[in-house]
Amino acid sequence: MSSKVIIIDDEPLARSIVIEYIQNFPDLVVSQVCSNGFEGIKAIQQYKPDLIILDIQMPKINGFEMLELIENPPAVIFATAFDEYAIKAFDAHAIDYLLKPFNQDRFEKAIKKWREQKNNSAGDKQTKQLLDDVSLTAPQNERIVIKDGSKIKIIPIQDVHYLEAADDFVKVFTKEGYFLKNKTMSHFEQVLDPSQFVRSHRSYIVNLQQITRIDPYEKDNHVAVLRSGAKVPVSRTGYPKLKSILGL
Amino acid sequence: MANSPLSVVRFRIIFSICWLIILADHIFLLKWFGLSWNNAIIDSTVNIALLILACLLVIMMLHYYLPQREKYFHLVTWCILITIIVILLTKLILKNIFADDSDYLAFFSKSIWVRSSMDLLMLGCFVLVTVIWYNWQDQSEQEGRKQDAEKLAKEAELFKLRQQLQPHFLFNSLNSINALIGSRPQEARKMVQQLSDFLRGTIKKEEHQWVTLKEELQYLELYLDIEKVRFGHRLSTKVECDESLNEMRLPALLLQPVMENAIKFGLYDTVDEIEIGLKAMKEENNLVITVTNPFDPETSAPKGTGFGLQSVQRRLYLLFARNDLLNTEVKENIFTTTIKIPQS
Repeated sequence: MSSKVIIIDDEPLARSIVIEYIQNFPDLVVSQVCSNGFEGIKAIQQYKPDLIILDIQMPKINGFEMLELIENPPAVIFATAFDEYAIKAFDAHAIDYLLKPFNQDRFEKAIKKWREQKNNSAGDKQTKQLLDDVSLTAPQNERIVIKDGSKIKIIPIQDVHYLEAADDFVKVFTKEGYFLKNKTMSHFEQVLDPSQFVRSHRSYIVNLQQITRIDPYEKDNHVAVLRSGAKVPVSRTGYPKLKSILGL
Repeated sequence: MANSPLSVVRFRIIFSICWLIILADHIFLLKWFGLSWNNAIIDSTVNIALLILACLLVIMMLHYYLPQREKYFHLVTWCILITIIVILLTKLILKNIFADDSDYLAFFSKSIWVRSSMDLLMLGCFVLVTVIWYNWQDQSEQEGRKQDAEKLAKEAELFKLRQQLQPHFLFNSLNSINALIGSRPQEARKMVQQLSDFLRGTIKKEEHQWVTLKEELQYLELYLDIEKVRFGHRLSTKVECDESLNEMRLPALLLQPVMENAIKFGLYDTVDEIEIGLKAMKEENNLVITVTNPFDPETSAPKGTGFGLQSVQRRLYLLFARNDLLNTEVKENIFTTTIKIPQS
């Protein structure tokens, strides 16, 4: 039985060399080549490939951000020229990656490894851990990439008003309403700049730039009133944190 | 080791003239006090000769041991000691010469305190001048060393800034060549040539710190051709430069990082095809270069100079000591970088 492969890379020649190498494997069929993450997501949904060969640095959303937006990502072989942090992350999670330029032998080795791992399900978990790890790195912290229906939304971090926990998701509130992101509150608390975002409540993280005032609310509690008029609960433990950072 | 003041011809002349004046003064003074010309000349010559010897001794001493600021009282002690020795020697010599002249000997005994204080005063002045000389020498030497060190550091930094090369660019170019070798070997060869010429340019040493605009644009062309092979139809560039500006000068490799920044910014911020523009102009006595790239204002907020422009800013600062030569501007979806290069 043949396996479906999708190649996602923004450089045409980088795609063509992979196509060339794949031709030596009669059982691998290239379903689609994509030049960016948006095309990649569409193609993955359409073809449900067994394997993707994925570049990291790409227009708009990078390879990691693209994977984050896919519910059940297929097996991945990363191909990158140079990315110190990513390479560290790959090594830490025993995920195979190709450093450009790579030759036929190296490519075959990666395919062989993928075939061996195909039969155990450890691969999925590794990819997930990798994404968690990578999402802590700097370029990933300047924006939040969200899938909104069929559209992909890139929200610069300073446009976020506040975050609210919602079961397994986090609601990211902006001036256009909220978007759901499948991450945890503690993930965001870890990732966001603590001088700009404060966890004011177990279920809320607020952007300090947006706060206009803090009002008392019932006994012992407070609410932060934002420029948009939204009210964000402030807990008993959250209030002193907020006060000290705002310098009140 | 600092130079001795005696190694400077001008100092030697001044030194000699001063002592001649002092000697003459000494003779006239003694004559005025009633000594005969003969006696006055012998007395003065012996006294001043010894004093000159003492001064030379002081120069030698200070040459090897210059006291720290807090140990200047050592100098005072030296001066007193040397003055005593000079006076004792003078007395010994003159007493031998004028052994029979009781008038003179009486005069000498009477004048010994005046002589001592005058000798001490002169020696003191001389030591002061010598100390100032050595300190000044020391300081200018230190200053020179500091300047040398600063110059070296500046040159090293400039060199590093010039040859800053993105590993991404190099590896991705090699990857493109790798792909071309199989399908279009002629183009692969051409790209190897371009990449080599480009790399050779980045490792040139400082003898080519300044180049003409024409040379810089030719070099930039190499870079742009490589990038166009990498990104295919997505990237196009438009370079506008009037021929009259060809001979204007700018620091070598200044434009490439600006262009690289614009390309990265443009290509990674949109999925469409993009055009990068470069325009050279002359404004007053400046060469002004603007580079434009499209970006998506919705998703990225360009912060200040950001991205790869800090190194350009730093270079301009090191070369011109000005921070206002690089500016960026956002208009709708176009990001503009402007560089001013003063023409000397």
